[in-house]
Order: sequence, then C-alpha cells, then structure tokens
Amino acid sequence: MSVATKPRRAPSLLRAASGAPPWLRWALLAAGLAVALWLPNGLYPAVAVDILCWALFAVAVDLLLGYTGLLSFGHAAFWGTSAYASGLVAIHAGVPFPVAVLAGALVAAALAVPIGYLAVRRTGIYFAMVTLAFAQLVYYVANNRRGLTGGENGLQSVPRELFGLDLTDAYYFYYAALPVVLLGLWAAWRIVNSPFGRVLVGIRDNPARARALGYPVHRYKLLAFVLSAFLAGLGGGLFAMGHRFVTLDTLHWTTSGKAVVMVVLGGIGTLWGGVLGAGLLVRLEDWLSFSGFEAVGLVTGALFVVVVLVFRRGLWGTAADLLRRRARKSVAPSEGDG
Amino acid sequence: MSSFLQHTFDGLVSGAFLALLALGLSVIFGMLRVVNFAHGACYMLGAVGTYLLLTEFGIPFWWALLIVPLVLGAFGMAVERTLVHPLARLDPLYNFLLTFGLTLVLQDLVKLRYGTTSSPYATPAGLTGTVDFGLFDFPAYRVFVLAFAAVACAGVWWLLGHTRVGMVVRAATERPELTRALGIDVGRWVTPVFGFGIALAAVAGVLAAPMRAVNPLMGADLVIVVFAVVVIGGLGSIFGSVAAGFGIGLVQAWGESYLDQWPIVAQTSVFVIMAVVLLWRPAGLFGREEAPA
Repeated sequence: MSVATKPRRAPSLLRAASGAPPWLRWALLAAGLAVALWLPNGLYPAVAVDILCWALFAVAVDLLLGYTGLLSFGHAAFWGTSAYASGLVAIHAGVPFPVAVLAGALVAAALAVPIGYLAVRRTGIYFAMVTLAFAQLVYYVANNRRGLTGGENGLQSVPRELFGLDLTDAYYFYYAALPVVLLGLWAAWRIVNSPFGRVLVGIRDNPARARALGYPVHRYKLLAFVLSAFLAGLGGGLFAMGHRFVTLDTLHWTTSGKAVVMVVLGGIGTLWGGVLGAGLLVRLEDWLSFSGFEAVGLVTGALFVVVVLVFRRGLWGTAADLLRRRARKSVAPSEGDG
Repeated sequence: MSSFLQHTFDGLVSGAFLALLALGLSVIFGMLRVVNFAHGACYMLGAVGTYLLLTEFGIPFWWALLIVPLVLGAFGMAVERTLVHPLARLDPLYNFLLTFGLTLVLQDLVKLRYGTTSSPYATPAGLTGTVDFGLFDFPAYRVFVLAFAAVACAGVWWLLGHTRVGMVVRAATERPELTRALGIDVGRWVTPVFGFGIALAAVAGVLAAPMRAVNPLMGADLVIVVFAVVVIGGLGSIFGSVAAGFGIGLVQAWGESYLDQWPIVAQTSVFVIMAVVLLWRPAGLFGREEAPA
C-alpha cells in the first residue's frame, strides 16, 4: 500500500512513455535540455543552481515514494550529510568540486545503509515517522559536533574548484554543475526502467506477491533506499558548492518536507514531475523572499494543503493523464507496447 | 539520593508532556489511522493561546486551562470535517502530508503575527511556592503539572475502558468494518475523537506556557520526539504511548544530569532507543504487529 497505488493509478512515467509517441518523447527531452541550458540566462544564476540541486533531490525522493512506495520524511539526513561531507572534502583536500560532491554522496549512501536497514522493517506511515526520527538524530549529532560542522555557524567558505577554472560566478558554476545533475537524473531514469526498477514497482504494488515470487523484499527496498540517498547526496553536495557554505538547515526536517512537497506538486511516481516541482517551488520561494514576504511557510504550506486535497496527481501526472485521454480518443487504444 | 529524586521528578514532569502528546496522537491514530503531523503545532497553539488570553483579555491561567482546550478541540473538529475527512478513504500518507502542510501554515501564521521571540508567562497564582516532600522541595507548579497530566492520562484510560463511548472507539479501532456491521455508526465518533486528541495537545500546551518559552516553533522539534515515543510505545497503543512518554522523559532527565558533559546523549537517546526497539520489537513495546501492508 502506498501513496502512488491507492488511487488506482500506475506510475505515469511508465504509462505515459508507452502511450506517448516516440517523437513526443524526443521533443520533450529536447525541450527539457533546451530549458536547462537556457535557465541561468532567464533567472538569477544562483536560483538556477538551486533548482538543479533540488530537482535531483526531489527525483531521489520520488524514486523511493513513487517507485518503491516508501515515503521518506528524513532525506535531509542524506542531503545535509553530503553537503557537510563534500564541503569538508573541498576545504581540506582541495580536489575538483565534482570529486568532493561524489565523496559526499558516497558518505550519504554509507549513512543510508544502517538507517535504511532499520527503516525498511516498517512500511507506510511508520516508515515516514522512523526516517523522520533518524534524520533528527543526525541533525542533533551535527549540531553537537561543532568542531567538524561549525554548529550554528555552519561550514564557511567552501571552495569550488575545477582544474583551475574560475567558478566564483554562479553563472559559470551552473554549467559546471549541470552535467553532474543530468548524470544523476539519467541514473534515476535508468534505475526506474531497469529490471531492478520493475521489481521495485512490483514490491510497491504487491509486496506479498513479490515475496512469494522469491524476491528478498527488504534487500530490494534497502538498495533502493541507498541509491536514493546517493542521488539526494549528489544534490546536497552541489548545493553546498553552489552556496559555498553549509548550515544546519540542510539537515532539518523542514528540508525533507520541502523535497516531499516538490514531488507531490510535480506528481508522485512521475520522476520528471519532481524536476518541475523543484523549479516551481524554488522560484516561488525566491520570489516571496525577494518581495519581502517573511512567512514563506504560510504560502508553501497552504499550497501543499491544496495540492494534497485536490491536485494529487501533480503537474506531470495531470499532463500525462490529459495526453493519454486525448491519445485514446484520436487513435484506437494500443495498450501493451513498451 | 535527594538529587537523584530531583532528577527523577524533573524527568517525570517532562515525561508528562510527552505522554499527553503521545496519548492524543495515539487516540487519533487508533480511530482515524491518521498520524497528525500538526500535533506539535497544536501544542504550540495551546501555549500561545494561553499567553494571548492573558495579555489580550486578561484571562488568567485557570480559565485558560478550560477555554483553550475547548477552543482548539473545536478547531480540530473543524479541521477534521473540512480537510482530513475528504482524504479518509485514501492512503493514510496523504493525511500525514496534509497535516505537514498545515503545520507550516500554523507556525508561520503565529510567526507573522507575533514574531519569533519567546514570551515569558508568570506561574499561576497559588502555585508559585514549593512543595516540601521532607527530603527535598519541588516547585509547586511542576507538582501540579505532573498530577494533572497523570489524572488526565488515567481519565482517558478510564474513558476508553469503562464507558460506552470508549467501547465504541476501541471496537472501531480494532475492527472498523465489523463494528459498522453491528449497526454502530462509527463515522459519528471520528470527528469528536479527532477534536479530543487535539484538545489533549492543547492541554499540554497550556501546561507548558508557564514552564517553557512560548514561541511559534516550540512544537516543531518536539513533535518528532513524540513520533519516536509512539513508535517505541506502539502506535495506537494507549498504554504504550503513556508509558513510553514518561519513560523517555526519565531517560532524558537522567541523561541530562548525569552525562551533562555529553548533552548529545540526552538529545538523541530517544532516537537510539527507537532504533533498538525497531530491531527487537518492530511493532513497538506494547503494539501488536499488524497484517503486513
């Protein structure tokens, strides 16, 4: 039983991909890449960098929520841990920033092993509460290890270096970070569309049957959890590089919640919906704080309440549904390809 | 010895807050299968409401202890009718997400109106002194909090175990379909039970006002601890929630006083205990394993 399955709607990406004609898929991909390449010209480059990082974070959360049926409300633990770890690696080792980010993501994945091992023993709402609690544990530890994390002051002046290139300008950093994010997104897409990903969907829809078929359900869930944490870690590491400092906020449960909001806004189980949700929410928050409105949570919280009440398919899910309905009307239904 | 008793007493007092909050969360979960993320925000509203009654209307603590839970209980019932109920047939995670959004809204509404600075609230008249227990003195107000919370928990226990309402709620918790089939209108009790759970959080908030800093974020991190408490006790288990609440309060207080060079121990003990319980008894100490979902 999971958020994605209860209202009988299969993952829209899989369905939409099989329903949409190939030219449309390529057109969407091209359009997406074009937007990604143009983004820092249309927005503040720093905001564009934020969108990249959060997009990867949201996709990582959706990998678990949409395709494994596990709502992690503690992914800030991996995003934040990687932010600190990559920041520390960048400060002390002076390596090129993608190496630091990769190291941070690996630390996050390593942290996900014990947390995931314990958390996958529960499902549904318990899983959400347990991940939330473990993330809070990580938060307190980080707050307490002041020598390492700087405590309330955070980690200051994280360098971003790439073979001597000057990346202090966020505009150039965006284009340096983009390939890392695209690789991460591609990895998520590969996971979802691999035999492993199909087993995950099977576990989500019917864990008892998956178990009866001989799949080690816990181990599959744990692997999905670790992979998701790794991708969230990639995003978190880039976030640290993008801001050049790391604060405790990156580990707080409000950060986990924000990623979940993005996923639901974009559409659970749609993968690319998370990218849309991230873009929209980051842009909205930026606009709110730019216009001097302090209670950002009031707007995002109210938006989220409305989305959960009446717009549960999210942006991508709704679009995919409309497309499918139109395709069914114009052409004879061609189910079962793909 | 007397310092040990002192720490134990402090632990029981902070455990009383955890127990009241965990109890409300468990009552709501039992009946509705909803984990109310906004429980911490409701606790905060209870304390802020108490503060506002005094500063805006001059209404003292004792009246607040009556008015605030009633008002917030009614607020909870309105929330259940308008927001929670439409999602009742869907996966419980949707209501978890909904109440998360509600938490952000409530916190920021209070923040927007009253700022984030903490406000002091005077100890209510009649409870300013200390109570002499022979070996040691305790602040009278804390003794009152502990006694009040203990009576409230026992009252809920009696209500569930010995009244017709309680019987219906217990039956609906165990076997909702069967209870309906026996001709009992389960739906009628859903809204009042939700309101009641919120009122319990409000009571904890009122009691907290004279003891803890009143600010919009006072419930934000507390609710995570309460989540861990109910996972330890067994979500939906009334006795488990109360016992785990008091138990965690004690562990934290002892940790704070005997391991004060490592404050991290007291802060994280509840989560570590939760991890151990998950390994040992995944359903919680007093919970029963549900059918695999």
